[in-house]
Amino acid sequence: MQVNLKIKRFDPTDSGGKTWWQEYEVDVHTDSTVLDALIEVREQEDGTLAMRCACRASICGSCGMRVNGNAKLVCKTRVESLSPNGEQLTIEPMGNQHVVRDLVVSLDTFFDQINRVEPYLQPSFVPEQGEYTASNESMENLVTSMNCIMCGICVSDCTVLEVDSNFIGPAALAKAWRFTEDPRDGKRDERLKALNDEDGGIWDCTRCLKCVEVCPKGVAPMDRIMELREAAIEAGNTNTHGYHHSESFYNSVKKNGRLDETRLAIDSAGMFNIPRMLDLVPIGLAAMRKGKLPSPMPHKSEDHKKVRELYDSVEGESK
Amino acid sequence: MKYAFYPGCVARGGAPELYDSALAVMERLGIEHVELTKAACTGAGVLQEKNLKMGDVLNVRTFAMAEEMGLPIMVLCSTCQGVMSQANHRVQRDPEYLAEINTHLAAEGLEYKGTTTVKHMLWALIEDIGLDTLKETFTRELTGMNMAPFYGCYIVRPSEALGFLDNPERETSLETLIELVGGNITDFPGKTACCGFPILFINQANSMKMVANHTGTAKDLGADAMVTPCPLCHLNLDGYQPKARRRVRGDKADLPVIHVPQLIGLAMGMSEKELGLQKHIVSTKKLVKQAEALPAKA
Repeated sequence: MQVNLKIKRFDPTDSGGKTWWQEYEVDVHTDSTVLDALIEVREQEDGTLAMRCACRASICGSCGMRVNGNAKLVCKTRVESLSPNGEQLTIEPMGNQHVVRDLVVSLDTFFDQINRVEPYLQPSFVPEQGEYTASNESMENLVTSMNCIMCGICVSDCTVLEVDSNFIGPAALAKAWRFTEDPRDGKRDERLKALNDEDGGIWDCTRCLKCVEVCPKGVAPMDRIMELREAAIEAGNTNTHGYHHSESFYNSVKKNGRLDETRLAIDSAGMFNIPRMLDLVPIGLAAMRKGKLPSPMPHKSEDHKKVRELYDSVEGESK
Repeated sequence: MKYAFYPGCVARGGAPELYDSALAVMERLGIEHVELTKAACTGAGVLQEKNLKMGDVLNVRTFAMAEEMGLPIMVLCSTCQGVMSQANHRVQRDPEYLAEINTHLAAEGLEYKGTTTVKHMLWALIEDIGLDTLKETFTRELTGMNMAPFYGCYIVRPSEALGFLDNPERETSLETLIELVGGNITDFPGKTACCGFPILFINQANSMKMVANHTGTAKDLGADAMVTPCPLCHLNLDGYQPKARRRVRGDKADLPVIHVPQLIGLAMGMSEKELGLQKHIVSTKKLVKQAEALPAKA
C-alpha cells in the first residue's frame, strides 16, 4: 500500500537551526508499522532523515514520536490503523523535550526528571544474612510501574509540562510511586513529604488523563499520581491547597448531595489566606454582574439525607 | 427520544445559561426528559481522589434510578460524562464489585443491573436524534463563522471507557456539529488538552497559562468563538480569560466560549436571551450580531 508521510524536519547546523515540513510517499506492506515506513523513507528516499529505533518490538522505548498529534511508539503502530484509506500521516518529534535533529529528542529532560525522585532503593537496614526479601504479592502490585520502558511518551504529551517545565512529570512520579510502595524501601514518609511539598510535585497534575491514554505499556502514570496523593494525605501531609480542595469537595457532597461551588473556592484558597481570598473577589463581582454567581446558600439535592446515609454506610465499612 | 436528564452541578450553579439553552434546544427538538433531581454529584474525579468507592456508590445509585425508569441518562458536562463512564465501566466488567456496591444501595431499595447508558448531549444529538433531523430544525446557516472546537479531557479520555471503539465518530463530534450548522472549523493543537480548571485553586499560574494559550492561539488562527461540551472548561476559559490574557499575553479577552446547545440554538435562530449569551464574562455581542446578520433559510 502507498503511504504519504508529512515529516517535521529540523537541522541544528543550518543558520542556527532550521525547521521545515517535508512530504514523502513510500510503498509498504499492509502489515507495516509506521516505523517500517520511516525506515523505507530513510533507506530509499532520503538518507538525511534522523530518527532513533532499536528493538522494533516495543521493548527498548527508542522510537517515541508524535503521529497525528499524539505520541506513540512507531514500532507498535500500524500504518493501516491510522491510514485505512491512504490518509496522510503527520510525524513530529516528541513534545516537551529538546529536539536534537529531525525526529530525535534529547533524553536529558527525561532523566533530569527521573533523577529528582531518587529512583533507587533506600532500605532502612542491612539484612544480617543473605538478601533483602519481599513477598510476591507486594511486588506484583508494582508491576504496572515497573513496566515503564522510559520512552518519554507520557512526558511528551503531558499538558502540565507544556506550561511548566518545573513539573516533575508523569514518568518520574510513576517511578517515585514504585519506591514508596516497595516494602523494602525505608524512605517512604520522606519521599511522600517531598513529593507533596515540592513545587512541581504531585498536586500540580491536572488529571487530564493524557499520560494514561498515550502510555504504550499500561503504566497509567496519572493513576499512580492519584495513589501518591492518597498516600501523602494518609501520611499526614495536609498542608496543600490540593488537599483542602479534595477534602472540601468530599464534604460538600456529603452534606448537600451536590457541590457547593462557593464553599469549594473558599476552602481551596484557604479562608484565612487573605491575598488568595482577595484574588477571588473580582471574579465573583464579574459573575455577579452577569447574573451567574452561584448562590452562597448551597443548593441541596432533593435526597441529600439519603446521600449522607450512603457516606455513613461506605465509611463505616472501611473502619 | 426520552432521557433521564442529569444536568450536573455547574449547569445548575456557575453556568446557568447552559441549563437554559439545553432545555430550549431540547424543547425545539421534542426531546422528552425527566430530571434526576434526587441524584448526587458524580464526584468529578476530585471526590474519587479521597475515596474511589464512595464515588462509585454515588454514581451507581444514579444509574440504578435511570434503569428503574428504563431511560438512558443525558448529561451536559464532559466531566460528568467521563466520571460516570469510568464508574459504569468498572462495575460492568466486574460483577463482584457491582454486587458489593449494590449492598450499599439496598437500604434505599435500589439495585443496579448494569444496563444504563450515559450520553452527553453532544453525542445524543448526533447518535440518537441524527444529523438530518437536527438540520431540519435550523433556520439559518452560520456561514463564515469560525468556530474552534475545545473538547478538554474527560469526553475524549480514557477512550476505552467512553466507548470510542464502538463509536469512533465521537472523536470528531464537535467538528461534525460545527460543519452541520454551516460554520468553519478552526482547528488548533490544544483542543484535547487540559483547560486548567482542575488546578485553578492549586496552581493558578499554570492554569492561567493554559487559558491564555488556548484562547489566544484559537483567536490568532481566526476563531470567532470556541465551542466546548464542558461547563468546567467554560468556567475557566470564559471566566478567567480576562485575567489570563492580561497576565500571560498582555492582551484582552476577545474569544467567546460557548456551550454546545448555544451553538445549536444560534442555528435554530434563537435569541441572545433564550440562549443566555448575555451571561458570559467575555462579551458575545459581536458573535450574536454576526449570527443575526445572516439570512434566514428559505
